[in-house]
Amino acid sequence: MSHTDIERPQPGAGTSTSEALLVEPSRLSPTRRALTTVLRSRELSIFLVLVAVVVLATTKNNGFLFSSDGWRNFLLNPSILLLLAVGQAVVIITRNVDLSVGSTMALTAYLTGRLFVDQPNIPIIVVVLACLAMGAVLGLVNGVLVAYAGVPALVITLGTLYIYRGIMLTWAGSDRINAGDMPRDFLSLGTKTILSIPVLTIIAVVVLAVVGYYLHTARGGRELYAIGSDPDAAHLYGLAVRRRLLAAFVLSGALAGLAGVLYTARYGTVSSGVGSGIELQAVAAAVIGGIAIFGGSGTVWGAAIGAFLLVTINRALPSLGIEDFWQRAVVGVLILGAIVLDRVLARRQARKLAESRDHS
Amino acid sequence: MKFQKRRPTALAALLLTATFAFAGCGGDDSGDGGGSSAGGDGGGGDMSVTMLPKNLGNAYFDTSTDGAEKAADELGAEFEEVGPDTASPDAQVQYINTVAQQGKDALIISANDPDALCDAIDEARSADVKVVTFDADTNPDCRDLFINQATSEGIAAKQLELIADQIGGKGEIAILSASANATNQNSWIEMMEKELADNPDYADIELVDTVYGDDDDQKSFDQTEALLQNHPNLKGIISPTTVGIAAAARYLSDSSSKGKVALTGLGTPNQMREYVDNGTVTAFALWNPGDLGYLATYAAAALVNGDISGEEGDSFDAGDLGSFEVGADGVVLLGEPFTFDKDNIADFDF
Amino acid sequence: MSATATPTAPARTYAAYSAPLWKRWLLTRETAVIVLTAAVILYSLANVPNFDGPLTMKFLLQDIAPILLIALPMTLVIITGEIDLSVASIMGLSSVLLGVLHDAGMSIPTAALLALLAGLACGALNGFLIAYVGLPSLAVTIGTLALFRGIAVGLLGTTAITDFPDDWSSLATGTIGESRIPLVMIPFVVLAIGFVVLLHFSTFGRGVYEIGLNDEAAHFTGVNVARTKMVLFLLSGVVSALAGIYFTLRYGSARGDNATGYELQVIAAVLLGGVSIFGGRGRLHGVLAGVVLIGVISSALRLESVTVNVTNIIVGLLLVASVILPSVLGWAGSRLPRKASAAPAEPRPDKDAATADV
Repeated sequence: MSHTDIERPQPGAGTSTSEALLVEPSRLSPTRRALTTVLRSRELSIFLVLVAVVVLATTKNNGFLFSSDGWRNFLLNPSILLLLAVGQAVVIITRNVDLSVGSTMALTAYLTGRLFVDQPNIPIIVVVLACLAMGAVLGLVNGVLVAYAGVPALVITLGTLYIYRGIMLTWAGSDRINAGDMPRDFLSLGTKTILSIPVLTIIAVVVLAVVGYYLHTARGGRELYAIGSDPDAAHLYGLAVRRRLLAAFVLSGALAGLAGVLYTARYGTVSSGVGSGIELQAVAAAVIGGIAIFGGSGTVWGAAIGAFLLVTINRALPSLGIEDFWQRAVVGVLILGAIVLDRVLARRQARKLAESRDHS
Repeated sequence: MKFQKRRPTALAALLLTATFAFAGCGGDDSGDGGGSSAGGDGGGGDMSVTMLPKNLGNAYFDTSTDGAEKAADELGAEFEEVGPDTASPDAQVQYINTVAQQGKDALIISANDPDALCDAIDEARSADVKVVTFDADTNPDCRDLFINQATSEGIAAKQLELIADQIGGKGEIAILSASANATNQNSWIEMMEKELADNPDYADIELVDTVYGDDDDQKSFDQTEALLQNHPNLKGIISPTTVGIAAAARYLSDSSSKGKVALTGLGTPNQMREYVDNGTVTAFALWNPGDLGYLATYAAAALVNGDISGEEGDSFDAGDLGSFEVGADGVVLLGEPFTFDKDNIADFDF
Repeated sequence: MSATATPTAPARTYAAYSAPLWKRWLLTRETAVIVLTAAVILYSLANVPNFDGPLTMKFLLQDIAPILLIALPMTLVIITGEIDLSVASIMGLSSVLLGVLHDAGMSIPTAALLALLAGLACGALNGFLIAYVGLPSLAVTIGTLALFRGIAVGLLGTTAITDFPDDWSSLATGTIGESRIPLVMIPFVVLAIGFVVLLHFSTFGRGVYEIGLNDEAAHFTGVNVARTKMVLFLLSGVVSALAGIYFTLRYGSARGDNATGYELQVIAAVLLGGVSIFGGRGRLHGVLAGVVLIGVISSALRLESVTVNVTNIIVGLLLVASVILPSVLGWAGSRLPRKASAAPAEPRPDKDAATADV
């Protein structure tokens, strides 16, 4: 995308544009190339919106950012949605969607509480691993149904959304996990900070970094994009489409499982409604962050910034004097704005490409 | 293509099996339940009572259901609890309809909306179901009796007394309520506003905000955060709902406002024990929700047996709790709220 | 199962014609759903206490009426290969508007008319972005799901408006004469007939199927793809608004969160009724049977005092089973040696696995 733009400064050298297209990028220094990539990236636009929201809210109310609680909550609150958005992003990149994450999160949140109630001395790490495993298994069920039964993910995960939630409610019955049921160490994890950065945020950011790096550089990650761009071509090319899809769903499930643990640590109570509706927020975060709903493009960084933006807007609205009831409307406008923007950018790019082709 | 046409037959067979397997389970359960209770005690005959709380999975209503179940056992009545998973009136309507279809003798309900349920309740009453509301009332003309936990004035006064005491009689306070159309919440808030305006003792206390957590943990938690963020001078929060006060306490106990912002309201001892122990909360109030359910069940039984008709002045016996009299508008009063603090909280388990 | 193992004719080309007409009519996905629905009803009548009571039919139809209504346009939308996730939010918005406008002193018919117009406007926004701007419907309607619900909640906060005139609410809860059929079934039947004619007996309806099978090909055969989609989303918007008005009057309460989550129930019912999420396949009678099936199961389970959780599990299982069984059976069938010749005629399962579309 940047190619066409780079060759514009020297239109005089119009000997052969197609040639220029191929060789031009390498003439730029890596630093400049990286800079151009960042400046032209879709993620930057959404990041600027986030900054604008924060600045606006902070000028109205200093405490929004510059108080110990304000700063902590700014970082802490998005961490759960961030995990779900990262998993969702990976799934959407493969041209699928996972609507069951909210129910998966509810199930693992209850599992967390249940484990602490039944085994008061259980180490926290075991609980985390158990929830990751449970999330992965639930994701595996989705993955197998989608990859092997050949049914669209929207339908399958809509079904498992009902099923997982039903299982959670049946399992929990009228039981309810209260803060008092869980060890203090675990609960304090929910708000503990290291160098004024909350632990939950660190966990989420580490996950984000690993997944982001993998998608950006590893062969498996690139294959996910290939599958999302054109599933048939990927299949013909000999990519292990089914295995990759399976992996994407397992990852999404496992991250939802981790989100369940973090939720319990943060909120301390697990009731029947945990995480209902959060699946749409995760999809929204990914879409706002520039992930195309038909797969093949976007980054988890974008999804992460999208998650931050959604949660921060929610916190900022009261500071801006808008009743927080309007939050969902603002989110809706953002989603529509994001996809329209993507379409406009894509059109413009296609036009440029066509022009440069016609010139040659 | 051949298979495509044949498939549905097999599909139908499989789905049928699955559905029937589930439906079958349900049938067995209710059959057993009915049999055992009928044989348990001759006193109540085949009286059947259904309890419909605002939502399931709510500690407060779990306790009231336990109380109701105990009363049903004593009366030899068949008892069951049903309910939606979210506290909304349209979900409750379906359950009220079901009770009418089943031809139960009595329905004990905590209403999610005073008006929206009336049509359904009327229909149930015309199918000879006695309707007793508890905790949150509907319009007086569409139910038989309302079991009131305490008078609105009493609850409002008690909470103001607690908060005034904890903030030293002056400063900004806010209310964290349940949903904005919960009847009981609104009448308490109205009483508190009136009391704040009229009572000279509270002249220096200013109510700056009322927010709604919808009896949802996470929402109540986030609303507490928003309150503290938007009102830096806030001195105290009153949360007249058990979900709200627990979520607010949890937020406060980990925030820099702990000890600076006082919190009181209505909570259950089990949920609040930790926060009273660690100093986040000094004192809070509640009645015993178990007694409330117990009393509601006895009142329903008295209606079904024809001992009372719900008129003012009727009186009936409520097992361990003694005798109660029906007041104006078909209201039965349980008592006055009780204050829990560090010294007595260990004595309670609900 | 044994049926799959009795090959009679070479099934390579035009296999559909290998069976006589009556067979092709009977052995369809829609028939299976209808038979299943009938079986569940018969089973419930025989085994579920009070299911045969006088109130069951009335309450059942009242409960499923909004879903029945919205399923009509949703079927057409999904047959074109699109989806509309914003229907429940439009219901919520029209409910709130009805309440707010009535509260401001308007009569119910005027307020209802404005609410319907608002639904039309919502549908127009969806339709414009999807049909003319060419954005994916999944993304657009997730956006408008949040937007319309946000406006509804924003207008009313968490308060509710409940003082609707009794004659209007009794109209919404009343029955036709002395029968047990609710009045709301009259507009539903009228609409249903309209939609059946539109989908199955009109050029417009043929266009809907063509778009679902291949919208470019449809375009070249002269179907106005954009206009067709626009019309469908307009219908979806206005019918959802109608369902919202009914919902409001039936429960006598206008709230911002009314009908939250109904979109999933509608879509589940439509897919259960045999409509392909890929578009191009499905019939209205199957969908209506699907809605009734879910309604009957929930009603019977409630009468058995089975909690809502189990109902959710069953609905979810039915949905998943109904879409994967064809693939699984096809796959199993293609594994049978005797079926080897038939395999090429049925590439779908494999292809779908690779294209596993959203």
